[in-house]
Amino acid sequence: MAIKVYGLTLSNNALRAIAVLNEKGLDYELCPVDLQSGAHKKPEFLALNPFGQIPVVQDGDEIIFESRAITRYIATKYKESGADLLPDNSAKFETWLQVESSQFYPAISAINFELLIKPMIGMTTDMSNVEKQAEKLSAVLDVYEAHLAKNKYVAGDVFTLADLNHMPEVFLLLKSPKAELITSKPHVKAWWDDISARPAWKKTAASIPV
Amino acid sequence: MSLIKLYGMPMATCTMRVLLCLEEVGAKYELVPISMPTGEHKSPAHLARNPFGQIPALEDGDLTLFESRAIARYVLRKFKGQGPDLLKEGNLSESAMVDVWLDVEAHQYNPAISPIVYQSLILPRMYGGTPDQSIIDTNLEKLKKVLDVYEARLSKSKYLAGDFFSLADLSHFSYTKYFMATPYASVFDSYPHVKAWWEDFTSRPAFKKVAAGMGGHQ
Repeated sequence: MAIKVYGLTLSNNALRAIAVLNEKGLDYELCPVDLQSGAHKKPEFLALNPFGQIPVVQDGDEIIFESRAITRYIATKYKESGADLLPDNSAKFETWLQVESSQFYPAISAINFELLIKPMIGMTTDMSNVEKQAEKLSAVLDVYEAHLAKNKYVAGDVFTLADLNHMPEVFLLLKSPKAELITSKPHVKAWWDDISARPAWKKTAASIPV
Repeated sequence: MSLIKLYGMPMATCTMRVLLCLEEVGAKYELVPISMPTGEHKSPAHLARNPFGQIPALEDGDLTLFESRAIARYVLRKFKGQGPDLLKEGNLSESAMVDVWLDVEAHQYNPAISPIVYQSLILPRMYGGTPDQSIIDTNLEKLKKVLDVYEARLSKSKYLAGDFFSLADLSHFSYTKYFMATPYASVFDSYPHVKAWWEDFTSRPAFKKVAAGMGGHQ
């Protein structure tokens, strides 16, 4: 039975799961969840994720939600397939995996939601929130700029899950009026140019309707 | 072997996450205080350990780590076999559930509970500010929805990731401990399985020790 991904290719979090499956060269079935009609709050979906959010991945008997738990699971179980995204026991890897989740994600996902998602669902962008989050993200990216001046990838010399977990949000931000937050920082931009040139990422990006 | 150094404060929520792991595995370590009121967390010396200027940071020989959940994982892996197995990395099914509920704590539970703790405890006590009741009320509603899910989960398994205590449960301690000192602690009374879970794991010796180190801040 193929791996099933419940989600949408517009969703930042679902794209994390799709990106890792593409890096591993794995077959999967995308099962769209119609958020607009509230499908994610219906009992059949809540049985998969009681928090009513996408993505959910079903792999045989395993049902996993929370996108970063999903990406770690796929990278671990299918370590031998496609690119190896997990360096053995690297403290720098675990640190920067967490940095994406706690420092980077809150600000960038808020900006992308305000600028890209809200207009699509008939809500009004809150520009003061955009500016507030942009200031936070800029300060975080200053740290990334210094880090990527000394490291080719966030965990060191090789591409890992720690880089991959960033990719959907960066892609979306670059489609927004706040792209310069990334493009104005030379090492961050160079990092993005490198990792987004990966064939697996090109496959993922081609499916994003933005 | 040099002693592990943990830079942080014994009553700070993220430092406590790491202290609990160190205590659970019986590691020897030194807690080096970092004074937030004097801005020590933004000093060049500390920024060299954590470029985001936050606590905790950990030094183990030549290695420096930051981000409490990353440090926790490092400590638990290093001392695996010496203390309880809180990561279950030998079993993919179990470790996947630990990772799921660790992220639930970070992305569902914490965003609801931490504004309540901030508004009702930190803002008045540390900054002399007035709590914003509308923020508290909005987040209490969010927290109750999260606790509905926890109640259902904990009626099917003893702990969040399964029938074994793990890092996922541990990770909830510090903010919940502070929440229990707010006027809203009784919210937990409506969730009997959640309450039983809380009382169970907070009776572990490591938790009693770390709670004692909070020094009247609870």
